[in-house]
Formats: sequence, C-alpha cells, structure tokens
Amino acid sequence: MYYRRTLTDAQINRELLDVVLRTPMWWVIIVSILGLIVAGAASAFGFMMNQGLGVTGLQQPIFWGFFITNFIFWVGISHAGVMISAILRLSQAEWRRPMVRAAETMTVFALMTSLLQPLIHAGRPWRIFYWVFPYDWARGIWPDVRSPLVWDPTAIITYLTSSTLFVYTALIPDLAIIRDRSTGWRRTVYGILALGWHGNPRQWKLQGIAGILLSALILPVFVSVHSIVSWDFGVSLVPSWHVTVFAPYFVIGAVHSGVSAVVTLMILMRKLYKLENFIWEEHIDAVARLLIVVATAWLFFFWLDLVFALWLREEQEMTVWHLRLFEPPWSWLFLVFIVFSYIIPVPLWMFRRVRRSFTWMLWTSLMVNVGMFLERLIIIVPALMRKGPWTFTYDTYRPSAVEVTLIVGSIALVVLLLMLFSKFFPLIPIWEEKEGQKLIDDVRVGDRVIPALVKEH
Amino acid sequence: MATRTQNTRANHKWGMVIDLDRCSGCQACVIACQAENNIPLNDQSAFLDGRAIEWIRVERYWEGDYPDIKARFLPVLCQHCDNAPCESVCPVYATYHNNEGLNVQVYNRCVGTRFCGNNCPYHARLFNYWEPVWPEELRNQLNPDVTVRTRGIMEKCTFCIQRIRRSTRGGKQVEDQAFNPACVQACPTDAMTFGNLNDPDSRVSRKWEDERAYRVLEGLGTNPSVKYLKQVDAHA
Repeated sequence: MYYRRTLTDAQINRELLDVVLRTPMWWVIIVSILGLIVAGAASAFGFMMNQGLGVTGLQQPIFWGFFITNFIFWVGISHAGVMISAILRLSQAEWRRPMVRAAETMTVFALMTSLLQPLIHAGRPWRIFYWVFPYDWARGIWPDVRSPLVWDPTAIITYLTSSTLFVYTALIPDLAIIRDRSTGWRRTVYGILALGWHGNPRQWKLQGIAGILLSALILPVFVSVHSIVSWDFGVSLVPSWHVTVFAPYFVIGAVHSGVSAVVTLMILMRKLYKLENFIWEEHIDAVARLLIVVATAWLFFFWLDLVFALWLREEQEMTVWHLRLFEPPWSWLFLVFIVFSYIIPVPLWMFRRVRRSFTWMLWTSLMVNVGMFLERLIIIVPALMRKGPWTFTYDTYRPSAVEVTLIVGSIALVVLLLMLFSKFFPLIPIWEEKEGQKLIDDVRVGDRVIPALVKEH
Repeated sequence: MATRTQNTRANHKWGMVIDLDRCSGCQACVIACQAENNIPLNDQSAFLDGRAIEWIRVERYWEGDYPDIKARFLPVLCQHCDNAPCESVCPVYATYHNNEGLNVQVYNRCVGTRFCGNNCPYHARLFNYWEPVWPEELRNQLNPDVTVRTRGIMEKCTFCIQRIRRSTRGGKQVEDQAFNPACVQACPTDAMTFGNLNDPDSRVSRKWEDERAYRVLEGLGTNPSVKYLKQVDAHA
C-alpha cells in the first residue's frame, strides 16, 4: 500500500513546469558543460574523418570495437521506453506514472545516438546513405536485404518512429498547459504543437485510445529490435557469435540495462528538478523489484549461452571462451562485468532498505550499466580475436583516445538532449499525475469523506 | 530503369590448387602480389599495428613436438568461396559472386562496415585504415591496370582479375595456362596452379581431383575455389 500524497492541480502545475517556465542557473551550467563534451566528441569525429579509421585501436582481425559496443549499448538502453511505457501502461501499473515520459524520451534520444554509431564506425561515412536508401536507381543497385545490417536500420527506424509518436501523443495535453501559461512567440509555437487541444471529452478519449493503440503496436518492436540487433552476431560465422540464444539473451539484457538507466535517470531528475513530491521511495522500490526479475532472467540466458558453448565443445568456440574467462585483461573485465551487473546489485535489491534508498539505487543502477557495456565488449572483441586458427592474430584490442572520447561524447549527448528536452517540456507528464491524483482523491459519500481507491496501486 | 548487358563471357570457373609439398614458404608470392596489385608497403609499424595488407600471406605453423618438429607453410589468400560468408552480410552489395566463380569486391560501392571482414573465416579480407602512400620514387611503378584503393574500404585477393579481363576480352575462351595470377607466376617451386575448373583437361582440374586435395576449414561449408594438396613426408 502506498502513502497517499495529496497534491493540488495548481501545485502539480507549478512544480512540474518550474524549469520550463524559468531558467535556473544550474541548468545553464550543466548544459554548457555537456555541450563542451559533445563539441569535443564532434571534433574527435572530425579528426577521425580527416585522418581515417587508423586513429582507432582497431586492427586486422578485430574489425568491430568500441563503436559497435556502444551501438548495442544504446539500443539496449532504449528498451526501457517500451518496457516502462507500453508494458506497464497496458498492465495498468500505477507506479509507472512519473517515469513514462522520462523513459520514452530517453528511448528516443538513445536510439538517435545508437543510429550515429554505425555512421561513425563506417569506413566512408559520407557514402553511407545508400546502405539504407538506394539512391542510385539508374544503376539498379539496391541494399542487400540478406544482410543483417539492412535489418538493423529498418528495426531501429521503426522503433524510433513509434517512440517519437508515443512521446508526442502523451505530450499534447501538457503542451496545451504550457501554451496557456506562455506569451509571445512561445505561445504560438506551443499552440501549433498542441494541435488545438482544449481538453474536451472527445479529445481525451481519442488521446487515450491513441496511447493504448501505440502501446499495443509497439509491443512487437519490443521483441524485434534487439533480436535483430543480436542477429548482427547470430547470423555470422564467428565462433561464439553463431548461436541461437542471442536474440532472447540480448532482449532481456537490453531491458536489464534500460530499466537500470531509468532508475538512474529518475534519481538524478528527482534531485536536480526537485521532484520529491512526485518520485517517491515506492516508485524506485517497484522498479527495483522488476529489476530483480529481469536481471535474474538475463543471468539465465547468459548461463545458457555459456552452457551451449561448453556442451558443444567446438574447439574454436572453447578458445574464445577461454580468452574471455581466463586470459587477462579479458578475465578481469569479465569479473567486473559479472560482479557489476548481477552479483553486487541483485542481492542488494533484495533488501527493502536498499530498494528505498535513492543513494543505493543510484549507484547500483549505474553499476549495472557499466557491467552491461562490458558485457557487449566481451561478446564482441574476444570472439573476433580468436575467430580463426591463424597465428598472426594473437594481439589484443586497445581503444584509442579518439574512441574513448566518442563514447564519453555519446553519453554526454543523450544527457544533453534530455536536459534540453526538460527545458521545453515537463519531464513528468502533468496530466498523468493529475489523473493519478483523481484516482486516489477523497470522495464525499453522503456526509462522510472517504478515500476513493479506484485503482489498486 | 537499369538495363542488363548481355552476358558475353565465356564459360569460366576460376580455381586454384596449391601443392604444400612444393611450398618452401619463400614468400615470393607475397611480394609478387604486392607489386602487381598496388598494395602499399608493409613496414614494421604496419605489422605491429596489426594492419599490414597482404592479399596472400604465408601462415607458418609447427607440427609435432621437439625434436620431431616440422615447420609447415600454408599460403592463405581469398578462397573465392562458392558459398561465401562475406557476400551475404554486406548491406550494399559491395561484394558479390560473379558468373566466373569469382568473389568480387566493388571498391566504389564499399562503405566500410567491415562485417565481411568479421565473417571471413580465412582472414582474407583487409581494411584500409589509412590512405595508402608510396615513396616518391615508387610512384611510377604502380600498376595502371589496378585501382589504388582509398582509405575506409575493404580489399582482398581478386585472382588478378585485371589479367583475367585482359585475356578474356570479347568473350574469348582462354587456353589453359595462357596467363596466371602474379603469385602463381612468381612461385619458384611451381607449387601453385591456376586455371579454369570448367575445362576438364586443364592442369588445375587434374590437380583438383588429386587424392591429397583438401580445402581449408571445410567444415564451415563455404565451398572454396582453392584447394590445397596435403604435404606427405617421405620418411614419416
């Protein structure tokens, strides 16, 4: 049972629109710092474009490194959106309310960033568009639909489109609220964006139907996106990539890292935007309980992946697993990965006090994502290092400064985009909060006032 | 709409047989390939960075235990697999199979995703990390028949397609041994044989059926167009 916190509509408006209607100093400072980091990463990319991919740490057998790791990582993070907004909305979990928009927005920005990664990684990024869009029709050259690299953009652009629609549909009532509270050109812009929203019953009904429809339609994407991304590896001939378990393993891993990222985001938001009235211990507690299940399911699939390799005892595959598990530096990275993404956080989440502590949850959720980044790295690089029984490949991959800068830049980019979004739109849906309040408001029955619990929390 | 040009090519299926009994690991093939195909000079730093470009390389490995140990050599080049793993993963058709059994790399189409390189079990595909440069005095020795590859794309052995094209111009059927790729031509021990597998009387077709013949990593089902003749020790 949740505490009942009664907030008036005026208070909800005031607190959630605080950053939108005025610009605090800390916001300017954080945005400028993030902007500087992103600018640094952009110059690193320019340097790489100018010099060639030689400035990375990639070498002959290891053709994929940090960029592809980062691509998988951000697609993984984006899975939080569909998990939180669609599944929790359809299952009518009340505690989703304060986190739906933040999760969905993070999804959109994470997907945009993930789409950048293959672009950065390609040898000739300036010619990349006919990878997806066949522009030279006259020559009859089309993308090869047998290649998983064509399935990837298809899946991700589908997800990006539906997520953007989702964010926008849920944003319309709030846009109208901002429109009514702003003046001048801002009022015009918000007015156009709000699509003439007046909050009449028919509009609410249509908006509700659109939300439910999009939630339902987005569900197949939930399974497909990371499955398809995993087939980049699954359909290849590389030992230890060539496994059937990759699709579910990647999907559940994506949910693990994505939901953890939502926890991180919620806690930071609560602190920065002073949302103590909206994000409670109970919310974080509920997500942490979800995370225990997701993490354990993920561990099961990880275990399957390992067991399948041990079962087959195929020589090349065993060589790859030997490298991952027993040869430094990979053995150390493996240890950090498994400890960070399961062994430390999950037992801690068993304790109610940890689940309800914002500090603990912040650090454990960050830990999970460090671990999950390493997981992708450990899947990709060691497999390429021991791909074939040739003698010249016994070197390791060391990411260069350019690659590290671009990874840091991608994190800064997502946070920057979220910060900019929060300046123009409320990060917590105002109408969802008000709806939640209505469901627990007191009602007067005769001469008695009783709490109306329309929905169980 | 695109119009398809009529196929005027003769009936060729190019293949190669490498007799390991004859191979001494001298690397003449490597150098010949380098000169013929405009491959940049592989200096020490290229090898240390793991970025040396060799369309054909000689793998050296040991067989047996000391003192009864033998050095074995295996020249590895693109195997021109009939069921090539590199082809199906390229999103832009930069690599495909042509009707002469060649696995062709189209430099202009390549965007450098490097998936083909990952998927090649023979490590025959190489990536241009830098713009290739030659010392000034070597500029004029570049082969005018071969494209100089830019940075950011994949490249690999072509079975010296420029020589194939020159000999088969106008849909001409080639006589056996009328020409050879640079590596075959340079081999001092005559370990390599190249030719048309569709011609049952060609030298390569006869060696193709040799009882010592095998393909490398045959279990992967890539069905290469290159066969190796197993080394047999006389005093084993």
